[in-house]
Amino acid sequence: MKQKRSLVVLSAMCFGFVFLYLPLLMMIIYSFNASRLVTVWDSAHSPTLAWYRELWTNEEILSAAKLSFKIAALNAVGAVILGTLAAFSLERYTRFRGRTIFALLTTAPMVLPEVITGLSLLLLFVALQQLFGWPSGRDATTITISHITFSMAYVVVVVQSRLATVDRALEEAAMDLGARPWKVFFLITLPLIAPAIASGWVLSFILSWDDIVITSFVSGPGSTTLPQLVFSKVRLGVSPDINALATILVAGVSVGVMLLGLGMVHRDRRKNREARAVLVPES
Amino acid sequence: MTLEVTRQQTDSHSVGSPYVRLDGLTKKFGDFTAVKEVSLDIARGEIFCLLGGSGCGKTTLLRMLAGFEAPTTGSIFIDGVDVTQVPPYERPVNMMFQSYALFPHMTVAQNVAFGLYQDGVSKDEARDRVADILGLVRLGGYEKRKPHQLSGGERQRVALARSLVKRPKLLLLDEPLGALDKKLREHTQFELVNIQNILGVTFIIVTHDQEEAMTLGTRIGVMRAGEILQIGSPTDIYEFPNSRYVADFIGSVNLVEGRLVEDEPGHVRIDCPQFGCTVFVDHGVSAPADSIVSVAIRPEKIQISRECPEGADNVVSGTITGIAYLGDVSRYLVTLATGAVVRVTLPNIFRHETRLTIEDAVWLSWHGSAAVVVTR
Repeated sequence: MKQKRSLVVLSAMCFGFVFLYLPLLMMIIYSFNASRLVTVWDSAHSPTLAWYRELWTNEEILSAAKLSFKIAALNAVGAVILGTLAAFSLERYTRFRGRTIFALLTTAPMVLPEVITGLSLLLLFVALQQLFGWPSGRDATTITISHITFSMAYVVVVVQSRLATVDRALEEAAMDLGARPWKVFFLITLPLIAPAIASGWVLSFILSWDDIVITSFVSGPGSTTLPQLVFSKVRLGVSPDINALATILVAGVSVGVMLLGLGMVHRDRRKNREARAVLVPES
Repeated sequence: MTLEVTRQQTDSHSVGSPYVRLDGLTKKFGDFTAVKEVSLDIARGEIFCLLGGSGCGKTTLLRMLAGFEAPTTGSIFIDGVDVTQVPPYERPVNMMFQSYALFPHMTVAQNVAFGLYQDGVSKDEARDRVADILGLVRLGGYEKRKPHQLSGGERQRVALARSLVKRPKLLLLDEPLGALDKKLREHTQFELVNIQNILGVTFIIVTHDQEEAMTLGTRIGVMRAGEILQIGSPTDIYEFPNSRYVADFIGSVNLVEGRLVEDEPGHVRIDCPQFGCTVFVDHGVSAPADSIVSVAIRPEKIQISRECPEGADNVVSGTITGIAYLGDVSRYLVTLATGAVVRVTLPNIFRHETRLTIEDAVWLSWHGSAAVVVTR
């Protein structure tokens, strides 16, 4: 009976994984296909790394990847700083005028349709340009600013929930021992919420890295991000080098997720250890 | 009452000029008044205990002293300096938190040295002072440990060391022994007093545990609903409570109402219908004749016997309806003919005693000095 049930569970799991990852697997396999036609497997010359080599020499793709990386990294830094500040004020100053409105507004971009966010940002940038002459045109700067506005919301949520678990008495104790408020923040609060800030950074990076809707509103000529490039290439017909590019991206994301997961497991273990230490009866 | 007043006066003379002074301190949170018009003088080197149930405002008072809450009105003086507006990081005051609030990402040594580094103490001096204070709380060799590697008692000592290492003028302790189990608590109580004696720091302790307040405090302030009801030495508070609340809150007590029938400067007689007799008190009270007062008699001040004792005052008869044998003492519940139940505590002095048993008819009696008359 038990054996039978585990068989059911096993096949269900296999089906799930196949359902989720077979398309990706197909794509990875076809990235080694020698044929120029994406759907035809050229068994004579495959597998080959030709498309990867071509990718490496394709200036267009390389510069788009570089731009995407730069925007994602800058966006993550900006979102983490602003998001942490917002989370801190929401969590630690519970009695200020307009707190509820502030809380709603900071997290609104999470639920707002991206088309609306993108369009409103575009209108804002155009209006600003007409009024002040800045920003002059749409480029990497406007993309980064736009990405910060929505990834910040995610940072607020992550950091605020962590901050809620940090005992206020710790901050008070530091202040009582002579640390000024900003020192308390850097010496006590920041180290304790660092894991949340790190996850917020990674989250913001990924959100920016694969965003296309908002980006297409606020990007200009000469500032094409990787998702935009892939999208435009696919519209002209799928070429096999896209498969190679996608495979590299999937590999990169997998490694990142794995690292994050390992970090979380490590943290959970430490937390369990600490919890056990608390539960140990007094000598 | 007159006796109590003279006692308090001698007390305040013997402890010297005030070192910490609270002047009309009030704290309101919206409509709620947490602390109401508290004025208090505390002498240098004193251990002052604020005792009260939860929500009585004792913690708010402590947080105002630390600087975490700004008083609505009133001022705080420490060593003659008005610190009412001084932020917590500039006050010569340190606090030991109820949760200890040890920084989880720092070692024991880093925790203790934290306050010193904020003052710009050099590395060498900080190391020496940390070693000294850790030696004092018997935690030498624990420098490299993290808080989660310590037991509850060890954490408590680290918190104490951290709050003492800056040699504050005033140390505030919020339920310092609350998180420890009973055995450890008894041991730590004496250790705390010992350390206070060595360093001579003035302590203000907040607690809801009357036993803790009695053993630690040189003086106790009993708080209720934001006000201090009575201030005095543990003996004062226990033997001369000034109100029904204090009498009832500290220890166990038999409280009965009565009418003042004989009011002389040297003694009074109170007619207590619940006892079915008059209670003779061998000192005068500051209440007009015929007024309704409360009589408080501690259970251990009542004698119990099988034969009717001599004398007409302060004698009642009843039946034992409950016994709790606690080893060192036994507690008896005696039901009187009027239906009132009197609590009596007797020490178990002899091992082979013919003990009183349930349903025994007994006589209760007490000395004229045993009863305390409270008017509010």
